[in-house]
Amino acid sequence: MTIKILMPALSPTMTDGKLAKWFKAEGDQVAAGDILAEIETDKATMEMEAVDDGVLGKIVIAEGTEGVAINSLVAVMLEEGEDVSAADAAASTAPAPQATPPEEAAPAAQPAPQAALVEKGERIFASPLAKRMAADAGIDVAVISGSGPHGRIVKNDIEAAMAGGAQAAPATAQAPSGVPSLPAIIPSMGSYTEIPNSSARKIIAERLTASSRDIPSYMVTVDCEIDRLLEMRKDLNDRSPEGEDAYKISVNDFIIRAIALAMRKVPGVNTSWTEAAIQQYDDIDVSVAVATEDGLITPIIRSADQKGLAKISIEMKDLALRARDNKLMPEEFQGGGFTVSNLGMYGAKEFTSIINPPQSCILSVGAGEQRAVVKDGALSIATVMTCTLASDHRTVDGALSAQFLQVFKTMVEDPLTMLL
Amino acid sequence: MADKSYDIIVIGGGPGGYVTAIRAAQLGMKTAVVEREHLGGICLNWGCIPTKALLRSAEIYRNAKHADNYGLNINGIEFDLKKIVERSRSISKQLSSGVGYLLKKNKVDVIDGHGKLAAKSKLTVEKDGKKVVDLTAKHIILATGARARSLPGLEPDGKLIWTYKEAMVPDAMPRSLLVVGSGAIGIEFASFYHTLGVDVTVVEVLPRVLPVEDEEISEHAHKAFEKDGLKIMTSSTVTALDKGSDNATATIEQNGQQNKETTELTVDRVIMAVGIVGNVEELGLESTKVEVDHTHVVINEWCETGEKGVYAIGDLTGPPWLAHKASHEGIICVEKIAGEKGVHPLNTLKIPGCTYCHPQVASVGLTEAAAKDKGYEVKIGRFPFIGNGKAIALGEPEGLVKTVFDAKTGEMLGAHMIGAEVTELIQGYAVGMTLETTEAELMETVFPHPTLSEMMHEAVLDAYGRTIHF
Repeated sequence: MTIKILMPALSPTMTDGKLAKWFKAEGDQVAAGDILAEIETDKATMEMEAVDDGVLGKIVIAEGTEGVAINSLVAVMLEEGEDVSAADAAASTAPAPQATPPEEAAPAAQPAPQAALVEKGERIFASPLAKRMAADAGIDVAVISGSGPHGRIVKNDIEAAMAGGAQAAPATAQAPSGVPSLPAIIPSMGSYTEIPNSSARKIIAERLTASSRDIPSYMVTVDCEIDRLLEMRKDLNDRSPEGEDAYKISVNDFIIRAIALAMRKVPGVNTSWTEAAIQQYDDIDVSVAVATEDGLITPIIRSADQKGLAKISIEMKDLALRARDNKLMPEEFQGGGFTVSNLGMYGAKEFTSIINPPQSCILSVGAGEQRAVVKDGALSIATVMTCTLASDHRTVDGALSAQFLQVFKTMVEDPLTMLL
Repeated sequence: MADKSYDIIVIGGGPGGYVTAIRAAQLGMKTAVVEREHLGGICLNWGCIPTKALLRSAEIYRNAKHADNYGLNINGIEFDLKKIVERSRSISKQLSSGVGYLLKKNKVDVIDGHGKLAAKSKLTVEKDGKKVVDLTAKHIILATGARARSLPGLEPDGKLIWTYKEAMVPDAMPRSLLVVGSGAIGIEFASFYHTLGVDVTVVEVLPRVLPVEDEEISEHAHKAFEKDGLKIMTSSTVTALDKGSDNATATIEQNGQQNKETTELTVDRVIMAVGIVGNVEELGLESTKVEVDHTHVVINEWCETGEKGVYAIGDLTGPPWLAHKASHEGIICVEKIAGEKGVHPLNTLKIPGCTYCHPQVASVGLTEAAAKDKGYEVKIGRFPFIGNGKAIALGEPEGLVKTVFDAKTGEMLGAHMIGAEVTELIQGYAVGMTLETTEAELMETVFPHPTLSEMMHEAVLDAYGRTIHF
């Protein structure tokens, strides 16, 4: 009896994934629990384990295939005594509902990255000469509007684009699908190296472009004095026990807790816009932006309002570490009601972020630095940290943002209140 | 006929005018054509078509004379000039009435007479000096064409000194003929008469025959003509013509490398083929803002003249003087008037030109020299007829296909051909150039074997050092 191995669903929202790597070859003996393959979803890489003993009879989906739908047949296992013909038979009779044929999606078969519109299957009409000139000049034909018959892109259009530099194409060129495609005209940039877009990179591009395009966002900025917070941090860290329970609380851990407590007081920021209604979340889950080699990922401190600083700190360290190794479980980064992004460690004074949909708010935290401040008519020195909140105006009005920041600031400036 | 008003009136029923009128009618405009002589114009009646009929007779005669090369015995080959001319005339007549039918089918009114701008949007039609009718039109398109240019002292008289018109309907064969001018018209008549046994001399003022063609093609043509027995004098000018009772003596000055050489040549007839001038007279242009430069009406890319509502197309507007250029301009003009979308100005670099001499010559786009002048770094491909199986089977092993590519982009800049049937081949390259193919698509195209068209493939391959059969 052959065993069909299907593409697993690694999270409730997963519809497809990339079969990143096979660890076993056809004909290899497999024991239950052995790692068969590595599956890459939008944000994580997961291992697929064998559930039975046997021989890997046939690999149906080749390594490197993207967009493999869940429950489609990826391989066939043979039990003792069965030969490969059984695997072939199983592979050919098995319904492979939405599997993308490997030869179509295998990266090696794609000579050059195609424009987004092309990937979506919409043909771009351009003359061979125009295509070649565009390729030579590093111009994406998808963003050029054609002046030839029926909008065909011809030599003149490429010459105009080259002469006009980064001239945005009229809307007609982008209208058909609503796929975000920004003018990517790079006139004669010389030689370059092509860095293939990882799944994560594609997701970042797609989601943040949609966010930037669809969300009416605005910024509210507040300065927080953190001298007392720094003092308290030192005090607390000095009290850290040795061994397993050791902690080293960072400024960011304070900020996560302050955000969580402020979210409890101002629940209007813990929301999502939908056409039907604004969803206000019961749980206070804070997403924390972590930079990885593959791109940004936002692991979540769940119920952060119910966790103490030490717990937040230990959890955060673990999440960040695994995020950088691409080992987060989907539920560890999917969801969240509010995001914080901290570039203070790089010395960034202040900055803004793009809202992480479907959330409403993202807080950008700058570096704490000594600045001259005026208090009661006298000049003094304080360590000041600038925080900028970007909010979705559909759900969060300006006053609400300001109110949230006021609560947040009060706690950061007077950290003892975080204990309440 | 009462006063009539139209959306569009076209003056001139030649290949520019009648095509324009039909397209205008298709676009739903009320249209009329004013024609003073024959529908179909010079092209159909005194140009392209009747000369092709004459040249076909000459070609068959030539092939019959070489029948033994093909293993055939044909004895006593003779021609009947009267019948050759009659055939040519009847073909013109047949096609001219065909144009009349097409115009009628498209509900275009045809008004017999000479059209002349009267006032804004107004036109007067005269016949034999008498007014026939007044017309009004929102848009008036001038398509009056051109006629043979004459040089001072060498004016055609219709008896000894001919233009194309007399040359097309000879009542007797001259024994000797001088053709002044080696452009398409001159060379075609030279070819026709020479094939039928006339002693023909061609005089060209420029250093090479067919001077608009690529230099290599001119050179190839020169050799082929001379090999065939045509006499050719380049860099030469006819400075005087002394007319006798049934012959004329031409004084020909040839500019040699060092000095001028003067020769005298006595011939039965002379054909003047030294270019053409636009028919700009008697059109009432004087009282308008229509600008005329060296007998040609000045237009913009949409065929608009300086006077609002007045347009001009075809030979009247200048080179290239080709029927298909006129037709295409007319279509662009009326489509623009009708507000059609996606109308593009004419790109003269993509207009093919054909000369139906023996061997035939055809070209499109830039010559090698012109491409270099424009600053292109070029790749040149060549393929000779001797390397093509079909050419050899046809008994036509002489000729050349030449391609000019932009080395940087692979754009086909031009193609130049000489040899059998090349006038029917050139369109393949014209389609490719209009679609903006590069060498890659041309190389990928499958050309049928055995055909002359395989040489077009090879000439592309050769430009990239990949030719197979040579």
